[in-house]
Formats: sequence, C-alpha cells, structure tokens
Amino acid sequence: MTDIVVALRKITKTFPGIKANDGVDFELRKGEIHTLLGENGAGKSTLMNIIDGIYQPDSGEIEINGKKVHIKSPSDAMKNGIGMIHQHFMLVDSLTVLENVLLGLTSAGFYVDKKKVAAKITAISDRYNLGIDPFTKIWQLSVGEQQRVEVIKTLFRGAQILILDEPTAVLAPQEVEETFKIYRQMVQEGKSIIFISHKLNEIMDISDRITVLRKGKAIGTVDKDKTSEKDLAKMMVGREILFRLERGPLNRGEKILQVENVKALNDKGLTALNGITFDIYGGEIFGLAGIAGNGQKILSDVIAGLRKSISGSVYIDGKDLTNANPKEIFEQGLSYVPPDRLKVGLVPNLSSSDNAVLRHYNREPISRNTFINYTEVENYTDHLIKNYDIKVPRKDAPVKFLSGGNMQKLLLAREISEKPKLLVVVHPTRGLDIGAMEFIRTVLLRERDNGVAILLISEDLDEIFMISDRIGVIHDGRILDIVDIEQAKVERIGLLMAGLDEKSTQ
Amino acid sequence: MTEQSSILVTLSASAVRSGTILLFPTLGEIITERSGVINLGIEGMMIIGALFGFITGNLTHSPYIGFLVGMLAGGLTSLIHAFISITLRGNQIVSGLALTIFGLGLTNFFGQDWINKKFTIPVSSIAIPGLSKIPVIGPVLFNQDIFVYFSYILVVFMWFVLFKTRTGIHLRALGENAQAAGAMGVEVNKSRYWWTFFGGLMAGAGGAYLTLVYAPFWLDGITAGRGWIAVALVIFAMWNPLYAVIGAYLFGGIDSVQFQLQASGTTIPSSLLNMQPYLMTFIVVIAATIVLRKRHIGTPRELGIPYSREEK
Ligand SMILES: Nc1ncnc2c1ncn2[C@@H]1O[C@H](COP(=O)(O)OP(=O)(O)O)[C@@H](O)[C@H]1O
Ligand SMILES: [Mg+2]
Repeated sequence: MTDIVVALRKITKTFPGIKANDGVDFELRKGEIHTLLGENGAGKSTLMNIIDGIYQPDSGEIEINGKKVHIKSPSDAMKNGIGMIHQHFMLVDSLTVLENVLLGLTSAGFYVDKKKVAAKITAISDRYNLGIDPFTKIWQLSVGEQQRVEVIKTLFRGAQILILDEPTAVLAPQEVEETFKIYRQMVQEGKSIIFISHKLNEIMDISDRITVLRKGKAIGTVDKDKTSEKDLAKMMVGREILFRLERGPLNRGEKILQVENVKALNDKGLTALNGITFDIYGGEIFGLAGIAGNGQKILSDVIAGLRKSISGSVYIDGKDLTNANPKEIFEQGLSYVPPDRLKVGLVPNLSSSDNAVLRHYNREPISRNTFINYTEVENYTDHLIKNYDIKVPRKDAPVKFLSGGNMQKLLLAREISEKPKLLVVVHPTRGLDIGAMEFIRTVLLRERDNGVAILLISEDLDEIFMISDRIGVIHDGRILDIVDIEQAKVERIGLLMAGLDEKSTQ
Repeated sequence: MTEQSSILVTLSASAVRSGTILLFPTLGEIITERSGVINLGIEGMMIIGALFGFITGNLTHSPYIGFLVGMLAGGLTSLIHAFISITLRGNQIVSGLALTIFGLGLTNFFGQDWINKKFTIPVSSIAIPGLSKIPVIGPVLFNQDIFVYFSYILVVFMWFVLFKTRTGIHLRALGENAQAAGAMGVEVNKSRYWWTFFGGLMAGAGGAYLTLVYAPFWLDGITAGRGWIAVALVIFAMWNPLYAVIGAYLFGGIDSVQFQLQASGTTIPSSLLNMQPYLMTFIVVIAATIVLRKRHIGTPRELGIPYSREEK
C-alpha cells in the first residue's frame, strides 16, 4: 500500500549537447497538486514528456502506483492513467473538439457515433464548468478554451494523473483563477496533478508541494506551507534574486525620438493609432504601458519602418524618418527587439552564430570583399555569448533550440552591440524566468546609463515601474497620459490602461 | 434520342472511362497527402502498374489478375518513396521526382518486347438494371465496366472513411499536426507507410486500367503525363474524394477528345497535342489555387514534413 502514484528514480535524458535531466528523483502523492518549478530550460517539459512516453529516458526508472513500468508511447501512458497537457497544445486546428477527443482513442470503434461521444464531452464540460461545445472547430476557440479542450481530452480518457505543462503561461489573470478552481475540483475527486510553472505567486496559491529543478537536476522538494516566494526564487536560480533593481540618477541627454501625431491602420484597415505624440531623450527609459492590442505593436512597427503611418511624423535624432525604410532607420541609430523573437527577431533555422551577425554581416570585419570571414563570426559570437551569459549548447545548431531566455539574450546582445541611439524593446521579458528577466532589465538599465534612449513597451506593469523613468499609457490607439516615475501611481496607471481615467494634462 | 445527343452520350461515357484512369491515382494521392506525405512519383507508379498489369493480363489472359498485379506493382513502387521520406526522412519532392524517372526508365527497359502489342480480351460493359435506363445519366454512368464501378465504390467508401470514421480522423490529423496525433497515441510513421502504399496501389490501378481496358495496348511512355494531371487534380479536389470525381471526368473528357482526334488522324500537330497534359496541369493548379484562396481551404498543413517523436 502506498499513496505515491508516480515515482521517478534517477531519470537521466541527454539531447545533443545538453543533459536535460540529470538523475532526477520525483514523487507525486495521490490527491496532491505538486508543482515542478524551474527556469526555462531547466528540463521540466523533458521530464514530463518522459512520463508521458513521448521521450525515452537514457536511464532511470518510473513507478506508477508502486509498480515499475516502461512507458514507450503516449498510449502506454494513457493505459497507466496518465494524461498530459502540453505546453504547446496537441490539437489539430482544422478538426472539431469531438474529433480531437476521438483522436487515438482505441476504445472507439471504426464508425463513430458522434452523438454519443458528444454527449459524453458535454457531460464532462458541464461537470467542470468548462463551457465547451463538441462541434466547434479548434481554430475557432480562444487559447483558454483550447486549453480546456485539452483538459476534456485527458478526462475523457479517464486520466487519474494529470500533467499540466505551464498551463497558465497563456492565460489572462481571471482565467487563471477559473482554471485553478477546476484543478482543485479534480484533486478533490482523487485525481493527482503535476503542475508546471515559474510564476511564484501562482505556485504559492495552488500547490501542496513544490519540487525545484535547476539545470536538469532536482534541487529539492518543499511543502508550500514551509516556504516563501523568496526562498523558491533562490532555489530556482541558485542565488539571491533582486526584486528591486538599483537605478542611478536620471541624466537626460538630447531629444532622440520625436513622435508627432502619428496615425496608422492595422492589418484589417482599421485605425489602430489615433494621433500618438511623445518624445524620448537620451539616457531615459520611457515605459509604454497598455493592455495588449491597444496599438503598441503597430507603434513599434511604425517607428522601426515595418509599417507605414498615414499621417504624422517620426524623427530620430533630429532626422525626419517618417515612413522611411528600415535600413535607413537602422542607420540612423535604431535597434529593435520585436515582440515575437522567433518570427521577426531571429531566423529560427539559422545557427546562433548566423543570427548573431545578421545585423552586420555586410560590414568589416565580418565581411571582406563580399566574403564572410567565419573566424570573425565565431569570435564575435563568442564575445556576445560571454558578455551576455548566453547558454548555447552548440553555436552551429539552429537558434530555435535555445531556450526563450537565451534567445532573448542573444537578440538583445546583437541589437545593443550596434551601439544604438534609440532602443525599442517590446515585451522583452515575456515568457522568461526570473533569472533571465533580471538580467535583461539590468542590461536595459545599463544602456540607459550609457545614454541610450529606450522605449520599453510592456504589458507587465511591475516591469514598467521597476525600470522606467517616465510612463505613458496607451489605450485604443491614443496615449492617455504621460507621468514621471516619481508621480506615477499603480492604481491610476491601471485605470488608464482600462481607458477609465482621462488625462489631466500632457 | 437525336443523333447529336447520342454522340454526346457516347463522348461522355468515354470521358468517364478516360477519367477513371485519372480518378484512381487522384484518390490515392488524396489519401497519401492527407496523411502528410507528398508523392510526386504518381507518373512513375502509374506506368509501372500499366506495364506489369498489361504483361500479367496477357500472360494469364485475365484482365482482373492483370489489374490486381498492376495495383500491387504500383504499391510496391510507392514503398521506395515511403522508405526514403518516412524512414530516412529525406526530401519528399526529390524522392517523388526520382520515382517518376525510375518508373519511366524501368518500363522503357522491360516493355521493349511488348511495344504495340494489344490486350485482346475485352472487358464488357455491364448495364445496371434500372439505373442504366435513366436518360443521359444512365448510359453515361451506369453502362460501364466493372473497374469503373469499382472506382465509384471507392469514392463513396473513401469519403465515408475520411469524414465519418475514427480512421479518417487519424488520417486527417496526421497531415495537419503529426505531433498532436503522435501524442494522442497514433502511430504516425506506421500509418503514413500504409497510406503511401495505398496511394501506390491506386496509381497502379490507374495505369493498369489504361493498358488493359482503355487503350488497350502498350506503348513506351503510354501514361503521357497523366500522373501529373492527377497531382494537380488533388489540389483541384481540395483533398476531397467527391470533388476528385468532377475533376477527373472533366479532364478525362478533354483527354478522350484528344485521343479520338489523334486516332482519327487530325491535322493538328501531335507535338501540340502531346503538350496537352502539361498545359492541363498548369490550368488546374492555377484555377484551384484561386478557388482555394477564396474558400480558405488549404493544403494539409504538415504536407511533406517528416515526423519524429523526439524532434522539436
Ligand atoms: N527535442 C529536443 N531536442 C534537443 N534539445 C531539446 C529538446 N527538447 C528540449 N531540449 C533542450 O533540453 C533543455 C531542457 O528543455 P525543457 O525540458 O523544454 O525545459 P523547460 O520545460 O524546463 O523549460 C533545453 O536546453 C532544451 O533546449
Ligand atoms: Mg517547458
């Protein structure tokens, strides 16, 4: 008799160039929510994929309900009552909810009685209050709804052990609360949950126990009641984390960016920017706060020359660059860290070295007489890797294999070494763990002290308050107010972001 | 019935037979592509099916055994492609093209002794009682040979499997998101092998029908680009077996007119006529692309992408 439903013993898994799991021990008790905490790249997903039979461990053992098992495939895992909700959803967009549920279900016959299956799906949906219609196609659902479809999929198969890989990363705060209610209901019914996250406040809210993973190794397991956010952060990163960053006095320089009454349309041809005006000076960080979709991305694209404005003007360091092409704008001293690092910032299938030199491949010393000097490329990449503490298993492997934090560091490193006058960064720390967040914010502050004008666009209000000198709030394509950090109050900024408080002065 | 309309009926009936040559491989490739594998070797598999079906038919004096062997020959050929693209995870476009060249070369070599030989056992038409009496439709669709009826059954069956059964859900998921299918316990690579093999069987069937029933003789390169039309018809059909019928008969009709023209010794230069399949392929692809863009239906999303469970 045991109440341990999953036990992992000395699990090791190596990928080319990296030990993703290194002798990991882990135990899940019946009826508990056990959080797996770790920075990006710590090996959490790999470990869970091993339980789910997607990956095979190099060594180590798995016990389910006290019995040693070999899980060779996801269907094996299913037979053992394990259901996993992956970080990247395993849903087929063009199929309906019902068809996705049926996928791989061996108990269903050849011909599918859709009515019967639909009734069962609706029953599950009602019981947990999920609000999912079985006949909707996946692509018609929001991300939150898609996640609930994943929940239905695992419950439909009778999973007793649920693995949730960073489910909250894609959810809005209210959705997180609702999702947690579902999890609590599930454990009350005797199911057991492994929950993955690196958001400390959530973890303190939902977990019974927490196991921390760092660089592939299990650092320790603690009870929620006997720990704190600070302790967890320390375990996760391996050192003290600064929740406050040191910031030197503001040394305002010349006016670098001047945006005047800019209007622009979005992809659907609707007005997305409705007369935006603001300036940024050298040596300051201008934080632009706002809820997603209020024109932030359009604004950064207009500044970077990736989208045309329909009226208004943009000056960088005194030069009119309204609707100029990106090359001209870059040459005038702009560096840009776009919101989508893997789509716009980096080329996923090129190597880290190739990505590192994307901005200067056509300049001395990287390029000489149209030929690329690969020794220089290597040197340059090594230099970035060292100065920015970027973890790159192999420089010649596609950059998409790096963890999010390391991709972002590489991108930022590349952009900053261009010695820009103006640095536009959009969601620089989104999806990153706190170690990487702290690093990136520190780098931004250092550049500010070096006299760079920085536009920080972020949805993370903590981040904005932590490093900005002035805060502007964008709502519905307009900047509602701009305040100095000393005068800024979180409550008022929050109201402005929701469009509830008009500016007093500007 | 007036004489004009009776000519039209004869022509249409012949268009159906000619279209059947295209229909088999199109159906097969629809399934192969739905599973996420693109096989551009249809022309090669078809002509291998055509030759070996023809030879077997002649040796056994049975069009049916010939047809089955033709299918099998196409199926076996497709396994080369399956091995390269699924097991070795090689480039599917290159492998498919190589398969076509391989098929043309192989049949050129083994077909030499059979050039201009005929298959003399006729496959008679069977009028379906009742249905064949329907004006126009009856004589066109329901007074055909058994292979044509076989293709009807296949169309309906494939539509049913694709959209009404669990096998069909698997199949569609394979081409759309293999990782998801794999995570749900579908054996991705094994299934893809089967569906690629099925595509080969169908291509072989089209070829065998050509040399055993439609022509019925052997000539070097007798498929004359029909495999490429089938590739285009898959797009035209939007990967749906029902639409494949329309496309196949439409282009079968054009093909059969050309065939009659050539047989009757027209003044149109034969090189121009021989261009026709390739021209058709262009037209189909252009037309289909325009339609697809309007209706937001696209290629199976992971078409041509090999799968490995541990690959990121
Ligand atoms: N399929 C794979 N191929 C190669 N490397 C991988 C693969 N999956 C994960 N990795 C690497 O293993 C490490 C651990 O990754 P992962 O388990 O996804 O971390 P986490 O989920 O904790 O963020 C990372 O360095 C990642 O780049
Ligand atoms: Mg992960």
